[in-house]
Amino acid sequence: MLTAYLQGVGLIGPGLPDWRTGAPAIAGGEPYTPQPTVIPVPEGLPPAERRRTGATVKLAVSVAQQAVTDAGIDPEGLPAVFSSSGGDGLICHEICQTLASADRQVSPTRFHNSVHNAAAGYWSLATGATAASTALCAFDGSFAAGLLEALALVTVDRQPVLLSAYETSYPEPLRATRPLPDSFAVALVLTPAAGPNPRARLAVSLRDGATADRLSSPQLEALRAALPAARSLPLLRLLARREAGEVVLDYLDGQRLAVEVRECR
Amino acid sequence: MTPLHIRAFTATSCIGRGLPAMLESLRAQRSGLMPCNFETVTLETYVGEVPGVDDVRLPAELRRFDCRNNRLAQFGLEEDGFIDAVSASVSRWGGRRVGLFLGTSTSGILDTEVAYRQRDPATGALPASFDYAGTHNSYSLAAYVRALLELEGPSAVVSSACSSSAKVFGSARRMIAAGLIDAAVVGGVDSLCLTTLYGFHSLQLVSRNPCKPFDVARDGISIGEAAAFALIERPPDSLDRDAILLLGIGESSDAYHMSSPHPEGCGARAAMLQALATAGLTPQDIDYVNLHGTGTPSNDSAEGKAVAAVFADRAAAVAASSTKGATGHTLGAAGSVEAVICALSLRHGLLPGGANTRQVDASLGFEYLCANRQRPIARALSNSFGFGGSNCALVLGRAC
Repeated sequence: MLTAYLQGVGLIGPGLPDWRTGAPAIAGGEPYTPQPTVIPVPEGLPPAERRRTGATVKLAVSVAQQAVTDAGIDPEGLPAVFSSSGGDGLICHEICQTLASADRQVSPTRFHNSVHNAAAGYWSLATGATAASTALCAFDGSFAAGLLEALALVTVDRQPVLLSAYETSYPEPLRATRPLPDSFAVALVLTPAAGPNPRARLAVSLRDGATADRLSSPQLEALRAALPAARSLPLLRLLARREAGEVVLDYLDGQRLAVEVRECR
Repeated sequence: MTPLHIRAFTATSCIGRGLPAMLESLRAQRSGLMPCNFETVTLETYVGEVPGVDDVRLPAELRRFDCRNNRLAQFGLEEDGFIDAVSASVSRWGGRRVGLFLGTSTSGILDTEVAYRQRDPATGALPASFDYAGTHNSYSLAAYVRALLELEGPSAVVSSACSSSAKVFGSARRMIAAGLIDAAVVGGVDSLCLTTLYGFHSLQLVSRNPCKPFDVARDGISIGEAAAFALIERPPDSLDRDAILLLGIGESSDAYHMSSPHPEGCGARAAMLQALATAGLTPQDIDYVNLHGTGTPSNDSAEGKAVAAVFADRAAAVAASSTKGATGHTLGAAGSVEAVICALSLRHGLLPGGANTRQVDASLGFEYLCANRQRPIARALSNSFGFGGSNCALVLGRAC
């Protein structure tokens, strides 16, 4: 059993501009009104770097900033786990299109922004964080893979950790083969010690063969089913309701992740 | 950290398929780099292409994963009894207690690049045979290997550019230490594709000649492809003398630039120092350093400064080389390939001289090996650094 204290949450999704605004709808206390996701411009990046970043990096870094601000923690020494089911779909499309053309002149900025760890790189540029960061992918299980990696860091190395899980959608023709309807991102700051004001205590374990929890709201359930980072929604619902309990999240074929939420405030 | 037993390992690159072939090439200081004749690429450069990948056939029931990257994974896995070693581990611990952590930077993107040339002229659609999850997605590599090896434990792909398949050792170490698993298959697979060949070319980082790391006249990288795997477990009570252990690992971020290293190698230095600290070792315990050594002027200069700083007054006594003159830069596979080369160095007492390097950069504060040296060694350090300022260093050692 891996355990950590949750200190901060970040959220950006369709009709969910941030955690504070989105939590009542996720809790079920307010109606959920889907709107296209608005991706904010992250703070801290020098203007030249900011101009070079695409939507995916902006999303991943902005949601991470929300969580770090919510936790009141200095990001400089904070190890980070970035997890996404895909890289930047638009950049990937543009590179493939260029390579299919006669001249094949790939843009150098596009190329270095195409790496899966672009968000981790820009996060360290924006915050000056020199601690370890990683960039994971586990297809539809990318949120659970990131959460497990983050919990292992907290439990084994006794370090605070930032988790940022995110995706943006692909343009056509890739969109037809990977239909992600919009952008979604969630970020958590997790620590080994409780500190003065933890949001909750999480305990994570592998769960064979179980089915993942679903949401009662058809619209939120559609979001959960369509976007890998939104597979976190059953956990976010407990947190939004400030309820203790256990949720089962999608991970891999035949393998789920159980998350027990305790001492939720 | 508690040392971990590297129970089995294998590597396939342009200098050979499997360990005996890799070792023979290293002993002969043979480079596998050849003038680029890959696919429809028209760049004037050298590449480290693995011959025979196109002829690999995946098992029929896993055909949806068919792409160059997974063919290369299959090609590599078949060597050195690796699949049998993993099967034995699965029998010993159970499939759910064996994790899988693999590194790749571009996965099966080559097949997407080709599919983009075959779009429907009327609708723009990709060919119906294109399988996003099976070939394009970064995780397709681990999904394929997980199915092939019948693993059921935790699994992820690390894709942090050229440090990817060094960092997988860190993920596996934490999962084992946390008690989630008893063993893990780690490794990296990256295959030639147009994205990296034309992309690195656009950044003016590709040499027209076979790369010559740490040479005064170094002028860029040569891109290679490779598959390398290791099976790691908690050490048993007694180990053979030639058993190989993972002793330490360090990870850091530069926070400097997306595609250039910190000029003083600050992040690289931090990763090496952390790897030594987690191993409970000091620089004088290291006999050989397998450098990241890509062959670009700025990368090698930054790494050289970092190594000189870490080894300080002992720097003149440490022997170091980059094996990328032989293998090319295998990107997301490089960390695992070079960990395997370190394991071979430890097992056979071979300090491999760097291929192609003729006149070593005189500004280096340590000895760069241009010729092979044969002597028993106990511990080796392997460096891997990537875009986004992602750094990882591993310490490997013999059991005694």
